[in-house]
Amino acid sequence: MRIDKHPILDFKRGKKIKFTFNGQEIEGYEGESIAAALHASGVKVLGESILKHRPRGFYCAIGNCSSCLMVVDGMPNVKTCITELKEGMVVETQKGKGKIV
Amino acid sequence: MKHVEIAIIGGGPAGLCAAISAASSGANVLIIERNNKLGGQLVKQTHMFFGSEKQYASTRGIDICNILINKLSKFKDKVEIMTDTTVVGMYEDGVITAMYKEEKYIKIKSEAVIAATGAFEKTLAFPNNDLPGIYGAGAVQTLMNVYGVKPGNKVLMVGAGNIGLIVSYQLMQAGVEVKAILDAAPKIGGYLVHASKIRRMGVPILTRHSVKEAIGKEYLEKAVICELDEKWQPIEGTEKEFDVDVMCISVGLSPLNELLVMRGCEMKYVPQLSGLVPLRDENYETTVGNVFVAGDISGIEEASSAMVEGYLSGLCTAEKIGYKHEKFEELKNDYLNQLDDLRSGAVGKHILEGTKEILVN
Repeated sequence: MRIDKHPILDFKRGKKIKFTFNGQEIEGYEGESIAAALHASGVKVLGESILKHRPRGFYCAIGNCSSCLMVVDGMPNVKTCITELKEGMVVETQKGKGKIV
Repeated sequence: MKHVEIAIIGGGPAGLCAAISAASSGANVLIIERNNKLGGQLVKQTHMFFGSEKQYASTRGIDICNILINKLSKFKDKVEIMTDTTVVGMYEDGVITAMYKEEKYIKIKSEAVIAATGAFEKTLAFPNNDLPGIYGAGAVQTLMNVYGVKPGNKVLMVGAGNIGLIVSYQLMQAGVEVKAILDAAPKIGGYLVHASKIRRMGVPILTRHSVKEAIGKEYLEKAVICELDEKWQPIEGTEKEFDVDVMCISVGLSPLNELLVMRGCEMKYVPQLSGLVPLRDENYETTVGNVFVAGDISGIEEASSAMVEGYLSGLCTAEKIGYKHEKFEELKNDYLNQLDDLRSGAVGKHILEGTKEILVN
C-alpha cells in the first residue's frame, strides 16, 4: 500500500532491496524503516505482548513507545519504526522479552 | 570525555533555532539528535504554518525544516552535529551520557545544556486499544509523508484538535478514506479553517463522541463509537459501528521530560501545558543552573512557538556563559513579544495561564 501520486510530495525512494520476514522474502526500499517496509507489504502485526501474547503493531513511529520491537539479524528488541532497512536483513516476530545475544 | 560549550538535546524546530541563536551570539554548540537527520517532526509536516512571517507563516513545515538547516549551516565552524545519538542520562556533575547507534557510549561535559527533546503522543483507554491498526495520528503522518506508505484504506480519526484535522486532510491527500472525526469535547479544538476544509470534503466531525471499543482478532477490523453526555459519560443506545482498518489517536501530546527529572530540575504538573513541566525563568533557564529548555518539553504548543522559544533560549544560554549577542536586548524583547502574540488566541490563553504557573525568578 504505497502512495503513488501525491499533490505535494514527490517520494524519492531508494534502491529496491530484498529482506525476509519470518522466512518469507519481501521487497522494500533502501532508506525506509523496517516497519514502513513491512506495512507497505501489508504486515501490521510486528510482535506480541509479553504476558498475554496479544498482537502488537507500531504506535508512535518515532522511536518512543517500544510497540514495534522485533528480532533483526538475531538481535532482539530492535525498534523497527526507526531502524533503516538493509539488503538481506532477517526480520522476525519477537516472542517474549528477547535474549541477550 | 567530550567537552563542549553548549549541548543541545534534540534537533527539531526548538533545538535548531536554539543552535542558530547561540552560535550567532558566538558560542560553540553541539546538537545531539537521536534520529538520523535533523528537523524533528517538521520532516512530515506538509501543511502551511500559521503565526506571523517571523515564524515562517504560509510556509510548509517540510520547507521550514530546510530553511532552518540552511540558516544553521552559516555557522558551520561553531556548530557540531551528532545524529543517531540518543541522550540517556544527565547527571549532577554536568555530565551527559549518550548512545551512538547502540554501538558507542559517549560522555559529554558542557558548560550549559538546552533540553529540546519535544513530546510524545498520548494514547486513549478503551477495550482493545492495543490492536495493530490503532496508531498515533503523528505516526500515521510519518508513515505517509516521510515513507509514502498508506496506513490502510479506511480511517477513523479520534480527536478534532489541529493534529487530528490536519492529518485527516493529509490522509485524503494520500488517497485514504476518512470515515469520521470524533472528539469527546463539545467543540472542535482545532482551527475552524481546517475543520471547514474537511467538512467540505464530506467528512463528518462528531463532537461529544468517543470510542467505546475496538474490534478485531489480529488487527483492527471495526470500531464502535458512542455519544457522551454533559458529564462526558457514554449514553447507552447511541453506539455506532464503523468498518475501519485504521484508527488514529490524536488526543494530545506529553512533554518528553525524563532527562530534566533525572537532572533534578523542579517540575510541576500543569494541565494547560499538557503534563509535567520544569519551572523556569523568563530566559527559559530551569531551577538547575545552566540547564535551559525550549519547545514542547516546557509545555505543549505549536512548532511556531517552539522555534521562538528556541531562539530565545539559545540567546540567553549563550549570554549566561559569556557570549552576549550585540543586539541581545532587542532580540530578547522581540522573541518575548512574538511569544505573547502566538499565545493571544483562544488556545493561547490557556497556554499563557500555564506559563504563569511555572515562571520563577
